Amino acid sequence: MNANTPTLEVRNLKTHFHTKAGVVKAVDDVSFTVGRGEVLGLVGESGSGKTVTGFSVMGLVDPPGRIVDGSILFNGSDLAKLPDSQWRHIRGSKIAMIFQDPMMTLNPVLRIDTQMVEAIRAHDKNVNREEAHRRCVESLGQVGIPSPEERLKAYPHQFSGGMRQRVAIAIALLNKPDLIIADEPTTALDVTIQAQILYEAQKLARETGTALIWITHDLTVVAGLADRICVMYAGRIVEEGKVEEVLDQPMHPYTRGLIGSVPSRNKRGTALYQIPGMTPSLIRLPKGCAFRDRCQRAQEECAAEAPAISYPAPGRAIRCIYPYVGDSR
Amino acid sequence: MTVFLIRRFSQSLAVLLVMSLLVFVGVYAIGDPVELLVSAEADQFERARVIADLGLDKPLWEQYGYFLLQSFKGDLGTSFVFNQPALLLILERMPATLEIAFAAVILSIVIGIPLGMIAGLRPHAWYSRTIMSVSILGFSLPTFWVGLMMIMVFAVILGWLPASGRGDTVDLFGVPVSFLTWDGLTHLLLPAVNLALFKVSLVIRLTRAGMRENMLMDYVKFAYAKGLSHARVIFVHVLKNILVPVVTVVGLELGNVIAFAVVTESIFAWPGMGKLLIDSIYRLDRPIVVAYLLITVVMFIVINFIVDVLYSVLDPRVRLESKS
Repeated sequence: MNANTPTLEVRNLKTHFHTKAGVVKAVDDVSFTVGRGEVLGLVGESGSGKTVTGFSVMGLVDPPGRIVDGSILFNGSDLAKLPDSQWRHIRGSKIAMIFQDPMMTLNPVLRIDTQMVEAIRAHDKNVNREEAHRRCVESLGQVGIPSPEERLKAYPHQFSGGMRQRVAIAIALLNKPDLIIADEPTTALDVTIQAQILYEAQKLARETGTALIWITHDLTVVAGLADRICVMYAGRIVEEGKVEEVLDQPMHPYTRGLIGSVPSRNKRGTALYQIPGMTPSLIRLPKGCAFRDRCQRAQEECAAEAPAISYPAPGRAIRCIYPYVGDSR
Repeated sequence: MTVFLIRRFSQSLAVLLVMSLLVFVGVYAIGDPVELLVSAEADQFERARVIADLGLDKPLWEQYGYFLLQSFKGDLGTSFVFNQPALLLILERMPATLEIAFAAVILSIVIGIPLGMIAGLRPHAWYSRTIMSVSILGFSLPTFWVGLMMIMVFAVILGWLPASGRGDTVDLFGVPVSFLTWDGLTHLLLPAVNLALFKVSLVIRLTRAGMRENMLMDYVKFAYAKGLSHARVIFVHVLKNILVPVVTVVGLELGNVIAFAVVTESIFAWPGMGKLLIDSIYRLDRPIVVAYLLITVVMFIVINFIVDVLYSVLDPRVRLESKS
């Protein structure tokens, strides 16, 4: 691979769940790239397919779901074509993942050192005990856990939620991955811990060149963290661009609705904006634009077929026939 | 830990006391053993002598008081029928019962846990459905019927295995055991399998339920996300979580099997405690019944204690709670 190859390039990814009730298109034709040291924010509400996108890149989609089409180019080679046995060697070593609920991600009956050392030894059998131990201590120190030597001997229930999430992050960092997928890692934490973890994450991306995909429903989190964002709705990316551009000048009506519903100081005293309606069921998605029933600008053409991707500006992409163009908020 | 032990011990004593009183009164209410012990031709004097010998002429509360006093000295009374100490009679029969009980429990673990894991991992595969269907049979077929059928098939029709008795025994640390001789082992097999059938089904179902529940947990996904192999995730991460409920149930079942292997012991003429208990109930041999149930209670207390200790080994969260 040469220096310009992005760390991850997802092209036309489709992950579908074949259930008895029908095919759930959880991820439907999703494309994005993340470069070295870049932070990509993947934003959407519950059920928009952002988590399944993350699991697809990890190769951890549970049956009945599977990747039906598209490619996942990681450092130039396509993961979607790899057999699971080879994908396993990339998981946890080259691509790591952090989960939403730190109370649930660590195994309650195994000590921290067991859970850390196995992550090292799963990828390199030759690492001896002292070396593995040293790397665990180093990694715990890196995420700001005090007296890591002692804490290694502890069990997960002896840590607070924030500390457990740090341990999970430390495990993700153990093998110095090229890409970390963080699935709402700060949602379950209180605000001060959240800020610390965001700071650490940003520092990590800057200093080590690790690419980050930060999955969240919280626009304020990505505003301060991400370089670029992708807004997902009903399994598709509806808007993509640099974080300042998208937040300052949202073009897709859905993005605009999301931004409008974030509380802020200058909206004090007025009722918060809500996007009318609710997310459609992914089983029977209507033809055309999935958002049109909730969209103020929807016209007849929106029902005809799903809007194609258009590129209104360099680095910007949207899926909308009647985007907001040229006018500011 | 010390507080825990003391509390446990005093609770156990109270349970023993209540238990002994209940059984004492209960057996007294059922009938008069004298009718069974004294021959019909005996005259009035002989009758009175036997009653006085057994201490049955005194009021019940006095009999109970005497029993309590003696039991603190380790004497749980003398059998009306055998005229030997009840405790001794029971302890003599105990090794035989312990042997099939442990054999049955080991079988249920060795067969039940792997089958349960398979059924839990692939719940929709044909072999998992087969395992589950057979386990329903194991649950619902009555033990005595299965025992008789096993004798029919393996002893009578095929003639592979003996139908009754213990076979040759050898002494292991002064205790006679069957499983170390070939003859003893063949005698042990049928009753042990018969006794294990229900437990195997139970362990299969518990393991399967635990497996299905745990495989959906985030920690499993996270373990896979670390790049661990299936074997490591299932045999280290999931198995250790599943074992907690399995250990509880197997522990309680072990007590159950030891105390109430009556049916299997009767069918296979296995010379264990269960058979002694049944015979003693028929003969209203109160000292043996009382002593037997007291021993059973003690055994349950000990097993529960071991299970509690095992818990803390398996689940670190339990360890802390007992400390605070």
